[in-house]
Amino acid sequence: MQHQIPIQKLGKEGEVMAHAIEACVHCGFCLPTCPTYVVLQEEMDSPRGRIFLMKEVLEGNLKLEEALPYLDRCLACQACVTACPSGVPYGELIATFRLWSEEKRHRFPLERTFRLGLLRTLPYPERFRPLAKLGARLKPLLKPLPLPKPLKAPLALLPDRLPEEAPYREVYPAKGERKARVGILLGCAQRVLRPSINQATIRVLQENGVEVVAVPEQACCGALNLHAGDKEGARALARKNLKAFRDVDYVVTNAAGCGSGMKEYPLLFLGEPEEEEARALAAKVKDLSVLLDELGFIPPPPPSRPLRVAYHDACHLAHAQGIREAPRRLLKAAGLEVLEPKEWELCCGSAGTYNLFQPEIAEALGRRKAENLKATGADLVATGNIGCLTQIQAYLDLPVLHTAELLALLYEGKDPLA
Amino acid sequence: MGFLEELKALLPGRVLTGEAELAPYESDALTAYRKRPLAVALPERKEEVLGAVRLCHQYGVPFVARGSGTSLSGGSLPVEGGVVIALNRMNRILRLDPKARIAVVEPGVVNLKVSQEAAPFGLYYAPDPSSQPISTLGGNVAFNSGGAHCLKYGMTANHVLGLEVVTPTGEVVRLGGESLEGVGPDLHGFFVGTEGLLGVAVEITLRLLPKPEAYHTVLAAYPSLEAAGEAVSRVIRAGLLPGAMEIMDRLSIEAAEKAVRAGYPPVEGLLIVELEGPKEEVAEEALVLEGVLRESGALELRVARDEAERQAIWKGRKAAFSAVGRLSPDYLVQDGVVPRSRLGEALREIQRLSREYGLRVANVFHAGDGNLHPLVLYDGKKPGELERAEALAGEILRLCVRLGGSLTGEHGIGVEKKGYMPEMFAPEDLLAMEEVKRALDSQGLANRGKVLPEVVRAGA
Ligand SMILES: Cc1cc2nc3c(=O)[nH]c(=O)nc-3n(C[C@H](O)[C@H](O)[C@H](O)COP(=O)(O)OP(=O)(O)OC[C@H]3O[C@@H](n4cnc5c(N)ncnc54)[C@H](O)[C@@H]3O)c2cc1C
Ligand code: SF4
Ligand code: SF4
Repeated sequence: MQHQIPIQKLGKEGEVMAHAIEACVHCGFCLPTCPTYVVLQEEMDSPRGRIFLMKEVLEGNLKLEEALPYLDRCLACQACVTACPSGVPYGELIATFRLWSEEKRHRFPLERTFRLGLLRTLPYPERFRPLAKLGARLKPLLKPLPLPKPLKAPLALLPDRLPEEAPYREVYPAKGERKARVGILLGCAQRVLRPSINQATIRVLQENGVEVVAVPEQACCGALNLHAGDKEGARALARKNLKAFRDVDYVVTNAAGCGSGMKEYPLLFLGEPEEEEARALAAKVKDLSVLLDELGFIPPPPPSRPLRVAYHDACHLAHAQGIREAPRRLLKAAGLEVLEPKEWELCCGSAGTYNLFQPEIAEALGRRKAENLKATGADLVATGNIGCLTQIQAYLDLPVLHTAELLALLYEGKDPLA
Repeated sequence: MGFLEELKALLPGRVLTGEAELAPYESDALTAYRKRPLAVALPERKEEVLGAVRLCHQYGVPFVARGSGTSLSGGSLPVEGGVVIALNRMNRILRLDPKARIAVVEPGVVNLKVSQEAAPFGLYYAPDPSSQPISTLGGNVAFNSGGAHCLKYGMTANHVLGLEVVTPTGEVVRLGGESLEGVGPDLHGFFVGTEGLLGVAVEITLRLLPKPEAYHTVLAAYPSLEAAGEAVSRVIRAGLLPGAMEIMDRLSIEAAEKAVRAGYPPVEGLLIVELEGPKEEVAEEALVLEGVLRESGALELRVARDEAERQAIWKGRKAAFSAVGRLSPDYLVQDGVVPRSRLGEALREIQRLSREYGLRVANVFHAGDGNLHPLVLYDGKKPGELERAEALAGEILRLCVRLGGSLTGEHGIGVEKKGYMPEMFAPEDLLAMEEVKRALDSQGLANRGKVLPEVVRAGA
């Protein structure tokens, strides 16, 4: 598409954005997979519409504030990237645009405080844990109250009791011959809300001949900050990880958003001294499922009874990282029957903090996803991302497990439905 | 109350007027044309469409119906000062009757959705424009859209049994019915292809077909585009009627491969032939086809081994237009038609024109129908390139008419090709069209400025 974006004025970020906009031919192939378009059926809430809006803003034809309501509704799920025949790197476009626009936009003081609070809390387990604990404890008291949606939604997603997180050892030896030495990204909110995912990940890796290092100096991946346009916050976290993971073969991620977030480090350090190092680290990042699949998966003993599992594609695995086959192969190799829900490409509405800021759309998507999963007739659901897991569980009466948790149960000879 | 106030009262919260709301509706898939509308209306029921059109009629405000905005000819380009009636929220399948093999749908239903919903009954909706995952039936009806498989089954018009239409004067009419054997003149057939000039389709009754029992999909690689074109005539001469026959040239193969990795060989001309029907019949025809293709000088034949391979082949073909965006920042898609027997000649001439104008032309088309889709690649940032691309596209259109074909096979005239109408139609023909339009829409409200060239109007 034609544009008159003043690239010289905008620098490297401008180049990235202009390149994406130029590649869009306005064909609309991305529309049916865009969750906000599916729900709202309006052009400005579609990828094609958003690309156009960003173009107009960058060209100076449209005020940023006018376009923001529609750009803010984007889940950054990148379903449009999978659907786009023209190869528009929409993920890079929206991330860069958010970085570029954050300092220019107006936010109400209360909103600013809430957002900042989130960005200063969620990525830090030691800050988030006490808050989450409090929330879980207050949940039964607050639930019946007519709270505003942005407060109700996160509350509904909190577990009733917060599990304790056992301290991590620094090194977990491989079982049998060592095939690789990897660093595990422990993540942030996930550690607090569901530490069993990390434990399961470590267990599954060990079973597969992988030595796992839980580098203590690591930090949250910073994706939350990056996608909220908080460049400095994201960079501070990313710098820690650049250092922490220098000496491992791979960095294993078990949350879809963290994996894609770390793969975006080069974008975060565009034109900065760290750009090269960021590229090197990004190249080492592998989702758990991919690493296992590549190393030659050693499956657990098959389950004691036939199990039908519906696999839910997390957007940041399927769309942002193109990972769909590996987790399915693992589940099949483990002796499970894998079922495919309708509308696999459609986001479940979790998308980081989306729940908090766009609760209505998030709820519509959550319900729709749960219905599609239920309709497969599965006994349980597996997915590769904690956000999806909590979101789907809120609307679905089947067990929803992380792929790692499911596999770990099988290695332990336990019944995943028990 | 003024017009906008009344419209807002009719569609509370569903009349868009903000700058950021209007901007994304400024163009369809042909972004070289842009116009900002006065407002965009989002009706959810046919009564609301009727109400909106009545208001337009009362106040003399022009309107443009819009589906998914994938028109390649500026068909859903807004009219300045006019209203866009976006029908996307009217996306319900109202009735699907497997026994009668019909589906009654709202106009905003996406083409592919019908086949998906009909699949459990072993039925499908045959017309398959490449844009089928997103284009709406309303748009398909307005443009009489075609697709790869229309070679055997015909275009949209052959599959629409009945229509409910809101006329530009704000009346509701029902045309056709629920079966092929209608009584009286074929008025629904008349409406299909009129590009929204005669009103808004608010309900569409479609014919469904039983899904073929078997498919046999072959890729045949040729050293030249012409040779691939020749092969098409040979297949037809051999008495075969494949479900689809499509040709892709080197540029479009390259683009589609990048987008989809369908496994196309990198050659000058690639012919895709698909046989479909009862198992035994397809098996027999496959043998004949293989013989014909071998004789036609194919360098290589590849048969899809399973449904996944077949799907990949079609996905690549159907993604080709958009995928060309990977090769060039801008392009114009033409869709002139030539008689099948003159395909080779047309392709040679297009290549010559491409060299003469110094612009690349990619080709991917419905060869069986002689429906070309030359994509003229250009870079709008370079001064004069758009104009040169338009001139080249014009030459190609004239070429098609000269060879005894037509300006458009399926993408419509829209605004883009209306200037070429006099190349194909005599002044009397155009005048007759103009009179029909005026009889049904005296104020010229529906899709004002599309299809019919100004010259005629001025002279009339
Ligand atoms: C990548 C790509 C590939 C394509 N491939 C094909 C192809 O293979 N074959 C083909 O035929 N076309 C193809 N097209 C063109 C386009 O998809 C079709 O013309 C399609 O039918 C348009 O549908 P739409 O819903 O997008 O309609 P729009 O673009 O929104 O509208 C098209 C026209 O229909 C009118 N209209 C819309 N709804 C109604 C209604 N309810 N009542 C009356 N008028 C209405 C509009 O006013 C406009 O004039 C392709 C387009 C793209 C971008
Ligand atoms: S599919 Fe790609 S090229 Fe087409 S409109 Fe969407 S982003 Fe643009
Ligand atoms: S990232 Fe997701 S929500 Fe955003 S435009 Fe793309 S498909 Fe829509």
